[in-house]
Amino acid sequence: MTDLTTLGIAAIRDGVRDGQFKAREVAEAFNAKVAAADQLNAFLVKTPDHALAAADAADAARAAGETLKPLAGVPIGMKDLFATKGVATTAASKILEGFVPPYESTVSQNLWNAGAGMLGKLNLDQFAMGSSNETSAFGNVISPWRRPNDTAPLAPGGSSGGSSTAVSAGLAPGATGTDTGGSIRQPAAFTGISGIKPTYGRCSRWGTIAFASSLDQAGPMARDVRDCAIMLEAMAGFDAKDATSLKLDVPNWEAALSVDLKGKKVGVPKEYRVDGMPAEIEALWQQGIVWLRDAGAEIVEVSLPHTKYALPAYYIIAPAEASSNLARYDGVRYGLRDLPEGAGLQDMYAATRAAGFGDEVKRRILIGTYVLSAGFYDAYYTQAQKVRTLIARDFERAFEQCDVLLTPTAPSAAFALGEKQADPLAMYLNDVFTVPASLAGLPAMSVPGGLDKDGLPLGLQIIGKPLDEQGVLNASLAIEQRAGFTARPQAWW
Amino acid sequence: MSEYRIQGATGEWEVVIGLEVHAQVTTNAKLFSGAATAFGAEPNTQVSLVDAAMPGMLPVPNMECIRQAVRTGMAIDAQINKWSRFDRKNYFYADLPQGYQISQLYHPLVGEGAIEIGLDEKNPDGPTKRIGVERIHVEQDAGKLMHDQHPTRSYVDLNRSGVALMEIVSRPDMASPAEAGAYLRKLRAILRYVGSCDGNMEEGSMRADVNVSVRRVGDELGTRTETKNVNSVRFVMAAIEYEAKRQVAVLEDGGKIVQETRLFNVESGTTRSMRSKEDAHDYRYFPDPDLLPLELTDTFLEECRASLPELPDAKRRRYEALGLTPYNAGVLTAEVETARWFDTLLDALEGSQAKPAQAANWVAAELFGALNRLGKDITESPVSPAQAAELLALVADGTLSGSLSKQVFEIMLETGDGPSKIVEERGLKQTSDTGAIEAVIAEVLEKNPNQLGQYRAGKEALFGFFVGQTMKAMGGKANPAVVNDLLKKALAG
Repeated sequence: MTDLTTLGIAAIRDGVRDGQFKAREVAEAFNAKVAAADQLNAFLVKTPDHALAAADAADAARAAGETLKPLAGVPIGMKDLFATKGVATTAASKILEGFVPPYESTVSQNLWNAGAGMLGKLNLDQFAMGSSNETSAFGNVISPWRRPNDTAPLAPGGSSGGSSTAVSAGLAPGATGTDTGGSIRQPAAFTGISGIKPTYGRCSRWGTIAFASSLDQAGPMARDVRDCAIMLEAMAGFDAKDATSLKLDVPNWEAALSVDLKGKKVGVPKEYRVDGMPAEIEALWQQGIVWLRDAGAEIVEVSLPHTKYALPAYYIIAPAEASSNLARYDGVRYGLRDLPEGAGLQDMYAATRAAGFGDEVKRRILIGTYVLSAGFYDAYYTQAQKVRTLIARDFERAFEQCDVLLTPTAPSAAFALGEKQADPLAMYLNDVFTVPASLAGLPAMSVPGGLDKDGLPLGLQIIGKPLDEQGVLNASLAIEQRAGFTARPQAWW
Repeated sequence: MSEYRIQGATGEWEVVIGLEVHAQVTTNAKLFSGAATAFGAEPNTQVSLVDAAMPGMLPVPNMECIRQAVRTGMAIDAQINKWSRFDRKNYFYADLPQGYQISQLYHPLVGEGAIEIGLDEKNPDGPTKRIGVERIHVEQDAGKLMHDQHPTRSYVDLNRSGVALMEIVSRPDMASPAEAGAYLRKLRAILRYVGSCDGNMEEGSMRADVNVSVRRVGDELGTRTETKNVNSVRFVMAAIEYEAKRQVAVLEDGGKIVQETRLFNVESGTTRSMRSKEDAHDYRYFPDPDLLPLELTDTFLEECRASLPELPDAKRRRYEALGLTPYNAGVLTAEVETARWFDTLLDALEGSQAKPAQAANWVAAELFGALNRLGKDITESPVSPAQAAELLALVADGTLSGSLSKQVFEIMLETGDGPSKIVEERGLKQTSDTGAIEAVIAEVLEKNPNQLGQYRAGKEALFGFFVGQTMKAMGGKANPAVVNDLLKKALAG
């Protein structure tokens, strides 16, 4: 009997449907894997019963001869940024420790409606702020990947590091992620899996704990492109409870997958060739060009002249929104309350937020408060918004010449935990290739391309036009097929 | 031109007044959540997840609130901005769950408009003045702190949190407490006509921030103070008077006015400093990233305009054209309920001989007198407009005399019966039957030979005596004009 945890979403779905195995067997197998992987610290909460209940429902539906739901029998991991009814939801922050929402986020509800079950809540960078998972208040996730002959723990990427680890370590066939400046794509690249951030507005933000509202977007992380397409179809959709949700039908992305790129143009932005980028990344990028040309696409060089301003603009806009979004964690209504003896309201705010937020969250609240304050607003926030407009225009112009863009996902492979912790700016540089698409609200995907000299995964990024998830998925699939990436981390946990 | 002056020790001072009125929008649901808005409900029973700012909750504009604000803008001839935007005003307080208020600083929904006020309260036809309205924007109300529930703790009631307010900002165009009072009353009347706010200042659904400065006659504007949350017309006028005198005293003592926020003390009629400009919050306004700009279609605007009722000024002009005295026209249009009642009465008078002017006299004298006596307002009138029209018609066609109509009206007030029924059942119908009246007159003359002799000898003042005797003998039901006529003939012999 095959190890069911080696299967991806499509294989599980098809196997359950065709009666090759029971959904319950799948859930039990993944539950066991999750239970045995505590060393990775990927899960903050385990919910084996949730996965089993969904599996039993799938098995019962099949026994009754019903048409199975799109994700019937598929257990997944849920990033702990999504509110889950009756299950602790913390955003990996002390300030929400013990918080159990009486409501279910739209994205998670959509997944349950599609028949999926939940294995547990996945660790992340606190409030999704970070690129290594080291800002979690509940200990960092450890990547299942290691350098050869080296037990130094590596970063799983961030902020969706619990998600990337769960999928790459075979603890879940798929997991939800959220992406504000690269939080799906960078961890996917670091762990050799696929992840797509759809067009801003495709997935409802309702019930997802906010980091930066104008950038936050949910998306799937899974073993391959097809699995991402299946999962995204279930997650996406118009939601009247989110004013920025797009009132559009969800396309049948899986059915329209195609690796034939004849007639398509792939743009290669010259500004993404940054100083100090490792030769291996450059080489992989060139390899990606060859693969896509092989798939029938024409390669064109394009220019995105304002790229170098994207990161500074992002690190103004995202903290600005975060400083306001996180004001609600004040100790008054839920979560942590630190009320020193004889303290007044202001003292309670100060004590609660000092105790509840981690350093990176505080850093961004401070930056955000600063850039919005009187006298600095125009110099920072207004200026950053102008840059954002220019970046979006760069993309519009580039897309007059091509259908998708090809870039590396991150400027390096996974780094060791602790390596960049002391230098926030070095950490922020991880987002250099992912942030521009976030600022422009474009769909973008990371797909594994190969391994570096240490045997660590490297990812390629495909950026598409607004609403052209199909184009992004297809180009990514073309890379996936040619890259033949099958590497998996050796289990050491 | 206002002649209001403060007589200081060193000369005369003018007062400059601007009002920021917060008017709660009359709707069943809050501005950004579906929660109800009933006044006086048990604490925290009208609170949605959005109002409590639970993690991941998002605002969605309630278009009914927007519609009401647009209609209000149209009612004061203001510019309606088809493109507006919501901004966050950030500050921490226990009654503000989000840690920010969603408001409109940079791009308000409604721009420049004006309200015309009468400068002489006793003469609605007297001189008028246009008070500019700078803008109307919509924003969320905060919750309420309750300090009297526990010896050491404060409680928070979020029922009001998220309720829609219109902030109506006047130009500093008012120059006396009386003008400010007239502005507030006129604004309240307009809001009630439009139906966008109930204007109930006692329940807090309308309250004013009062900006006051003083200057020597004809000088540049002085430094202003802002007295917050004053909740009656009388208090606004008192606050202005106190504040203007206080400022004059400070200036004449060689002091300076500090730009500050002040509070009005209802008991003492004084204001006191709450915080100065130096302590003022830095609200870090920025566009709310959870909300898209509000774009209004022409169709929406047309619907708003089509749904506007006839407004007080137009109605007054129409009443005057119908022959009402300016005074009556003013009185009958001052409150929307009165105007609605009178309009219904006018409709019911169609086809009868009663004139609108007579109806207005009757309402102003008889009906208001009766309601005053009964302690009821016009919406509680025991007599309906249709019944009143019937009564007026009976007077106009000679069926009832003036005194009979008063009798009938009293019975109507007591029983709620219609006038025709009362006249019928109680035989109160006035007679013009000359035969019957002549017979009674003959009897009266026969019984009073002395008076008859004196009259015929030239004491014509006795005519009234004969009228009285005749009416008495007829039980008050004779047509006085006919009695007069016949008596003159009979007395002449």
